[in-house]
Amino acid sequence: MPISLNVNGQSREVDVDPATPLLWVLREDLGLTGTKYGCGVAQCGACTVHVDGETLRSCAAPVRIVAGRKVTTIEGVSSPAAKAVQKAWVDLDVVQCGYCQSGQIMSATALLEKKPRPTDQDIDQAMAGNICRCATYHRIRAAIHAAAKQLA
Amino acid sequence: MKLQTGKSVSTFFLALVLSGAAFAADLRPADSFATVGDRAERSRALFAEAGKVIQHPRCLNCHPVGERPTQGTDMHPHSPLVVRGADDEGAVGMRCTTCHQDANFDPAGVPGHPLWHVAPKKMAWQQQSLKQICEQVKDPRRNGGKTLSQIQEHMAHDTLVGWAWRPGGTREPAPGTQEQFGALIAAWIETGAACPR
Repeated sequence: MPISLNVNGQSREVDVDPATPLLWVLREDLGLTGTKYGCGVAQCGACTVHVDGETLRSCAAPVRIVAGRKVTTIEGVSSPAAKAVQKAWVDLDVVQCGYCQSGQIMSATALLEKKPRPTDQDIDQAMAGNICRCATYHRIRAAIHAAAKQLA
Repeated sequence: MKLQTGKSVSTFFLALVLSGAAFAADLRPADSFATVGDRAERSRALFAEAGKVIQHPRCLNCHPVGERPTQGTDMHPHSPLVVRGADDEGAVGMRCTTCHQDANFDPAGVPGHPLWHVAPKKMAWQQQSLKQICEQVKDPRRNGGKTLSQIQEHMAHDTLVGWAWRPGGTREPAPGTQEQFGALIAAWIETGAACPR
């Protein structure tokens, strides 16, 4: 069934079962492989994208729900908050293996877009669903604070 | 022959266990309480029966006392860690809708409903007695400003309440049906809405 999507500012049409997880459509049909498959059950956050500016676990959402809405993936995220996050991530050398980092960056960006000066508690609550097996959590938190300072 | 006997005995006990499970998951019909002569006692008995639904984990999980909802029949803390947030719909950057969509999504095992959220703190049911819950349900300051009639309508027809009987996946539904539950609440109100002692 044809479904019209807006992904990273571009109109795209895919012919898929409406119940297909959005993550599959992004990776397999649209070739946007920056968004990662981690657990497949909304437990790890690696597949996080933005839909109308809010975080969404794309492994646990049928593609039908994003028809007519704005989907942003790690390839297209480019708001001032996103740029601050990207710079802070590089400056603090946050990444270790990197597999979870697309999701981490998408969650951190969504937080800063809504709350430009987050507290430690804000960060913990917003990032609790993004797991990092390399345990880079301390650098992630420091980088979010650093990005917030850039945005101030 | 011995094997057959053993099989028969096993089948008997299995049937017994299953019938017990089915019984536990049922609700008594509201009209079956007509035999309770005293009106207030009948009302209390009706609410106690409705309490099988109200205090089922499927309902309690989203009526937490604190910041975090629970999940599962064993009511373990929600995983991943989530909090109710300022509007009972999650924290900034980690909304309920980050994972819960407009319907159950079985490929990922994630439940859903268009209005998915945590009940407000003043409607906490966890760690409360059925008497305390009853008093909260009747109190307009703590029940969303509802009259008893509106409470009955909510219990009987609200679709998020109704999710408890259609939880999807391997989740155990609330006992009985929403229709039976609504009838119990209606009969409880008709008999004076008395709360358990």
